[in-house]
Amino acid sequence: MPVVQVEGVHKRFGAVEVLKGIDLAVEGGEVVAIIGRSGSGKSTLLRCINGLEQIQSGRIEVSGHSIDPSGKGLRELRKDVGIVFQSYNLFPHLRVGENIMLAPRIVLGVSKAEARSRAEETLAEVGLAERFDAWPDNLSGGQQQRVAIARSLAMRPKVMLFDEVTSALDPELTGEVLATMERLARHGMTMLLVTHEMGFARRVATTTVFMHQGKVWEMGPSERIFGAPETPELRQFLGGGLK
Amino acid sequence: MIRQFTQSEFLFILASARWTLLLTVMSMLLGGLLGFLVALARTSRLAPLRALAAGWIGVIQGVPVLMLLFLSYYGLALAGFDLPPLIAATVSMALYASGFLGEIWRGSIQAVPWQQWEASSALAFSRPQQYRYVILPQAMRIAIPPTVGFLVQLVKNTSIVSIIGVVELARAGNLVNNATFQPFKVFGTVAAIYFVICWPISLLARRLEGRLHARRAG
Amino acid sequence: MGFQFQFQPVFARMDALLDGLWLTLQLAGIGILCGALLGILLAMLRGLGGRATRILVDAYVELVRNTPFLVQLLIIFFGMPSIGIRLSAEQAALSAIILNLGAYATEIVRAGIESVHRSQIEAGLSLAMTRWQVFRHVVLAPALARVWPALSSQFVLMMLSTSVCSFISVQELSAQAANVESETFRSFEVYITVTLIYLALAILLRLLLAGLGAVLFPAGSGLGRLRGQVGR
Repeated sequence: MPVVQVEGVHKRFGAVEVLKGIDLAVEGGEVVAIIGRSGSGKSTLLRCINGLEQIQSGRIEVSGHSIDPSGKGLRELRKDVGIVFQSYNLFPHLRVGENIMLAPRIVLGVSKAEARSRAEETLAEVGLAERFDAWPDNLSGGQQQRVAIARSLAMRPKVMLFDEVTSALDPELTGEVLATMERLARHGMTMLLVTHEMGFARRVATTTVFMHQGKVWEMGPSERIFGAPETPELRQFLGGGLK
Repeated sequence: MIRQFTQSEFLFILASARWTLLLTVMSMLLGGLLGFLVALARTSRLAPLRALAAGWIGVIQGVPVLMLLFLSYYGLALAGFDLPPLIAATVSMALYASGFLGEIWRGSIQAVPWQQWEASSALAFSRPQQYRYVILPQAMRIAIPPTVGFLVQLVKNTSIVSIIGVVELARAGNLVNNATFQPFKVFGTVAAIYFVICWPISLLARRLEGRLHARRAG
Repeated sequence: MGFQFQFQPVFARMDALLDGLWLTLQLAGIGILCGALLGILLAMLRGLGGRATRILVDAYVELVRNTPFLVQLLIIFFGMPSIGIRLSAEQAALSAIILNLGAYATEIVRAGIESVHRSQIEAGLSLAMTRWQVFRHVVLAPALARVWPALSSQFVLMMLSTSVCSFISVQELSAQAANVESETFRSFEVYITVTLIYLALAILLRLLLAGLGAVLFPAGSGLGRLRGQVGR
């Protein structure tokens, strides 16, 4: 059974229909990259899967929790779904360690000691074990983004969503974040990522989804999508603009 | 004899609002003039002037309006002036306004980017010319919303002068309440009249501020 | 001019002034504490509650902010007994102070809350926090840090406004000043003395609040950097 199951999802902002019937299934351990032009609805889809945007119709199910247009059961679902944003969104008033410990403490109700060991563990995983007591403002963008990843991981999610997590970073800081994500993928994390890093998608993602005009236009094994695109839209997207 | 709260009592209260308004306008003008000098002194190049203005603002903002009123009232009498209470009231409200407007306008002058000073001195403007043609026109736009906002504080604080016998809104309310013993009706009416005066000014201040922010952001 | 300042009779009655000062301190202290809590509570309700809550809170804030403190005091002091609620002058004064400061504090804290970026709230929600948890752990502290100076100024203004309570014969500092004045007839000397006491009080309160701000939102911490970003 897939970890993430999206069926016939429609999403409108006012009169504009952003998602026009999306179907998508992600199996456990799979890494799915979503590519497409800005405005194609890829970020919106990711935000819907975390319930940050309400859908008008269709169904989203993540590891047994479903969201429907009523928005019930969101919190249970969010415990299993981590999301990392383009703008990191660390809490500025908490130190790095506290940023990570907060949600396990108040949402999952784990002990302080347990939360601390989770924080240390996930920080080590993103290679920032020594920055436990630092303030977010004192970290580089790349480091902040890795802390944000650790913060999500500490909830022990079943799937991780990455929403253009390197788009706000200088090129020289992008690498460290991508390396962290690649390591996560190797360790078997189920991941769904929206990205402009085509090389990364091709190398790391098992499946790549090309979204166009609010629809899944073309999807398949990454090698095939990048090596032999079928639709003219994908060919144009891969050929023009981005290398 | 206990009187009823009738139309004539209502009209008496309503009519007394003219003193509230007159007091507000006079002290705004007088206080504005003084406050302008305070703001200029506060942004002056002469350190003693700056310190003096800072001290003035600190004192006015650090004492109750009621004390300013009593000091004006008894101070003017001591100085040998035999003046109607309305004058002492105006003086005290003007002193109060000068401290707050002085600070608001200092902030507005300093909010003008320093490059504007640099650019205008590069054009060989004299200091007064810089103020007159470059700084003040820009500072004024920034100053208008908080100045309008302060007007509400001024209107409300004029109620305090009722204690020295100026029959403005609050005092009129007190007189009518003493005669009718209908405090909710009487002071409710007084409050409503203040609200009708103040609320539109508050809304205007907020709109002006919104517009200023929009323009700066744009 | 034949007038000579004579502070001696005033100083002789310093005990009365100190009694008044003590009551002023109590009114201001309790008023500031409760008023601030009321403001935080209402700002929170306004943010988390529905449309009706928002309209009610806004109405309260606008009503209080657009009428004089004196009139609010008179309504409570004279009005409450007429609907069967007996209040001593001190209780009426304290109620008026709390209600008045509560409205200003609500407005200030609301501005702080609205300054917290939407993405912060989304980050909290995405970690499966409830809306209340997001408010409590993600929004509140940065919001308060941002508006602390504005809040402090309002506290000082409120402390000074307690002098208005002398209108309903609450025997705080200003009322005691009037008592001493009527005993000694040294009007100007009395009010100069009391004005200086208020000034000292205002300076001390500002220092205290700045110190409290430095403790609550320490420089060098995440909160210290946010302190004062949202002005009045």
